[in-house]
Amino acid sequence: MAHSYTPGLKVLHETKVRKDRILPLKGDVVVEAKASVTPDDIVARTHLPGNVQMMNVGNLLNIDPTDVEAVMQKPIGSEFAKGELIAETKGLFGFFKSNVMAPIDCTLESISSITGQVVLRDAPIPVEVDAYIRGVVAEVVPEEGVIIETEAVFIQGIFGIGGESRGELVVVTDGREDELTADLIKPEHAGKVLVGGSFISLPAYKKALSMKVAGVVVGGFNYFDLEEILGYTLGVAITGSEDLVTSLVLTEGYGEIRMGSRTFDLLKRHHGKFTSINGATQIRAGVIRPEIVIPLNPDDIKGDVHAIQINEGIQAGSLVRVIRAPYFGRIGTVVSLPPELQKMESETMVRVAEIKIDDQVMVIPRANLEMVETD
Amino acid sequence: MAGNKLKTILATDCGSTTTKAILIELTDQGYRLKTRGEAPTTVEAPFEDVTKGVLNAIMEVEELSGLKILDGDQIIHPMKDDNTGVDVYVSTSSAGGGLQMMVAGVVKAMTGESAERAALGAGSIVMDVLASNDGRLPHQKIERIRQLRPDMILLSGGIDGGTVSHVVELAEILAAANPKPRLGQNYKLPVIYAGNNKAQDNIAETLGEITDLDLIENIRPVLEVENLGPARDKIHDLFMEHVMAQAPGYKKLMSWTDAPIMPTPGAVGSLIEMVARQENISVVGVDIGGATTDIFSVFQGQFNRTVSANLGMSYSVCNVLAEATLENVLRWVPIDIDEGTLTNRIGNKMIRPTTVPQSLEELIIEQAIAREALRLSFIQHKSFAVSLKGVQSQRTISDAFDQSGSGETLVDMMELDLLVGSGGVLSHAPRREQAMRMMIDAFVPEGITQLAVDSIFMMPQLGVMANIEQADMAEDARKAAVEVFEKDCLIRLGTCIAPVGKPAKSGTVILTAEFDLPGEGKQVIELKQGEIIVIPAPYEPISAKLTPSKTMSIGKDKGESHQTDIYGGTVGLIFDGRGRPFELSTEKSKRIENLNKWSKATNEYPDTELLGGA
Repeated sequence: MAHSYTPGLKVLHETKVRKDRILPLKGDVVVEAKASVTPDDIVARTHLPGNVQMMNVGNLLNIDPTDVEAVMQKPIGSEFAKGELIAETKGLFGFFKSNVMAPIDCTLESISSITGQVVLRDAPIPVEVDAYIRGVVAEVVPEEGVIIETEAVFIQGIFGIGGESRGELVVVTDGREDELTADLIKPEHAGKVLVGGSFISLPAYKKALSMKVAGVVVGGFNYFDLEEILGYTLGVAITGSEDLVTSLVLTEGYGEIRMGSRTFDLLKRHHGKFTSINGATQIRAGVIRPEIVIPLNPDDIKGDVHAIQINEGIQAGSLVRVIRAPYFGRIGTVVSLPPELQKMESETMVRVAEIKIDDQVMVIPRANLEMVETD
Repeated sequence: MAGNKLKTILATDCGSTTTKAILIELTDQGYRLKTRGEAPTTVEAPFEDVTKGVLNAIMEVEELSGLKILDGDQIIHPMKDDNTGVDVYVSTSSAGGGLQMMVAGVVKAMTGESAERAALGAGSIVMDVLASNDGRLPHQKIERIRQLRPDMILLSGGIDGGTVSHVVELAEILAAANPKPRLGQNYKLPVIYAGNNKAQDNIAETLGEITDLDLIENIRPVLEVENLGPARDKIHDLFMEHVMAQAPGYKKLMSWTDAPIMPTPGAVGSLIEMVARQENISVVGVDIGGATTDIFSVFQGQFNRTVSANLGMSYSVCNVLAEATLENVLRWVPIDIDEGTLTNRIGNKMIRPTTVPQSLEELIIEQAIAREALRLSFIQHKSFAVSLKGVQSQRTISDAFDQSGSGETLVDMMELDLLVGSGGVLSHAPRREQAMRMMIDAFVPEGITQLAVDSIFMMPQLGVMANIEQADMAEDARKAAVEVFEKDCLIRLGTCIAPVGKPAKSGTVILTAEFDLPGEGKQVIELKQGEIIVIPAPYEPISAKLTPSKTMSIGKDKGESHQTDIYGGTVGLIFDGRGRPFELSTEKSKRIENLNKWSKATNEYPDTELLGGA
């Protein structure tokens, strides 16, 4: 049977989610294997080397670089408090001494006899990694971190902003085609993850920010409004490090596009559950999509997990979504995958798929289809 | 090998998204492309082994050529018999983000720029240029180095025997930052020192312990000389030894190839350089990809490469919009379109980068963006491809009227002989006329300029073939690269003839051309200000006399005739009377009318209702 590899976003009602929680540098893992964790539990911590300040003591004291070491008050490796004397010249008969004080609490790291520079290092910066999702420590990577595992609902978005966030899931629109308007966002939504239908406008998202909503999941948002939130024009889709109270996950794309029915229905079914979301997106090789993880309670686990084959492509009968104009956002079923190249209106010769959308068969480039991966 | 000849050559290019394989065979007409295959690159999870994608691409070549190349997961080479194996296998790579470097020099515009040129020429992406005079405080530089985590660093500074302290200070900053390489936690960061030779001991003392330091010849031994060769070679060696060796599957791939793997842009650059040298011409080559746009040029024998890291057609398409502005993109679109809808559409292309334009409207928008991406990349290139700065030149009184001081751009559009385009939006444009128009509108060539496109983007593979150094195969491999480049890779589009001068009144004749068309005899055309004329003509020498009007020039003095051979091609001869400098009308209706007129004249788009046609 004709078969074509097509990327798709996952919308899974039950799957095993594994999350690496790894430190940026080696450090200490503070939980043990098989331990149960909640999202806020710290699982590993370390210290990043402090920032560095360089001072040209040679220039400051007006002495030759080779003489700098002799005027330093303590040897390399010593600690200095802010304002403490670092270096002092002998002066003339004990008078007219010049000196240099420590600008920060620091450790003396090196002295250069060529340039007269000394390197002072700040105190180390503590870094902690939390569990992000509720689950069990499946694996401990010594000195680096852990892998947390949980049975959960797992939904990938297409684009997001803001990093990891968490809170109770609240579906606020009636249908997947409804806009998440500002009046639907209430003070009691602080710290919660709101689900809307097709769209959220800039004023509504701003209201969510001001109400300290933990996250928003909707179908679409206007590309040109991102600039006001981010403070810069988003040129390449690499996000996640923005400091936003409210992470935003788009399930469909830019513009007003109703949320996929499976996505919306699945979220609706888990209304009220505790959810972890991450808006981080990276669209380059090694793509990272934003995600929604809803850990399941033991009673909800049915064990009917279907492992999705990574190589599984589209074939006749597959459910697909069109991801480019003129049929952008429409969902249909693959009727056939003709092998020969076909000419489009643009005169581009491409491999196509025949798709049935609302009882009409349309010819669409395979590259413009996305598989709707469901279980 | 019978007759001491290479009969078959297999070459692959592992790009960040696809791995492309080509098979070249020696035929009665010399070396020719036999077939090609491609498959998704497999550097990332779940495969994490680049050789899987390489094998898949080769399997496609096997199927199409009928040649047995693989024995399990081994490439059979050298050839066993006429149907089994290949003589040589080579590869390039830009997978995993290519080679990412940081360079440092004492003076930003002098040694800093030389170091940047060396790194770019070797095929790397330069993430930042550190310099003693770049206006940043030491702690800001340290923070930047830590944040960027380059694959390697090229440190230069000072002329041989000059002041030591500045370049040592830069080394101290590097040491304080103690950067960790991007790939692989457990090895030391490669640092190449190519600065003042007097400082080598001090540099070794400062960086020897904490980095993997290589000391090589100074890239700027004296102010007047730039010596980039040793630095470029060392970058290539380290790329193989360190960066590639860390990427998944590359150790295996390296064991398969008969010549070192080259970074993709390094291979393309060397091919362009070779063509320019062989034909003694000035060349500009462009490769517009999804994430980046590379421009290569050779003017006055000097090679330059720039990479506009965030100007591309998919991953970086929104950045083109941000840098060029919506207004500049829209000026190329001959239809009315809602701005909000357009930006959302472009945004959706960024987050779904592999889609293709199905409707004509989408194609027009995409090609409008391409014009702006190319234009901006070329502006960057022109400002970088300059003569050495800081050089004192003696002037005579005659130079007073012809000042070409140090630091001036080498790019002279009137001198340019050949413009080569490559990358999806140019190579795969449904009509070749579209590729030609995009290049003319973006690069605005002056005088007489030939244009060509890379048929299927095989310049990287040909580039690495041209660089094989083993004595027994170098000559044949180079010959194969040149022959395939000429016969199968380059599609000659034709020649653009554009008079330069003070804009005349619309409709005034600005050029008269008399030429002998093969089979059609003598032709005379009169080019008027504001129009484009296309004459279909084959790729062969056509004797022509070009006479510009009194205020215009075609490479000689104003009004002076020029007798020369010009070449047609798939599109033919394009006489561009839109003026140089070329500016579009700011009046919307006039602009749309002109765009449609030029589009029709060049047979750029189908004649549809969308464009006011049938």
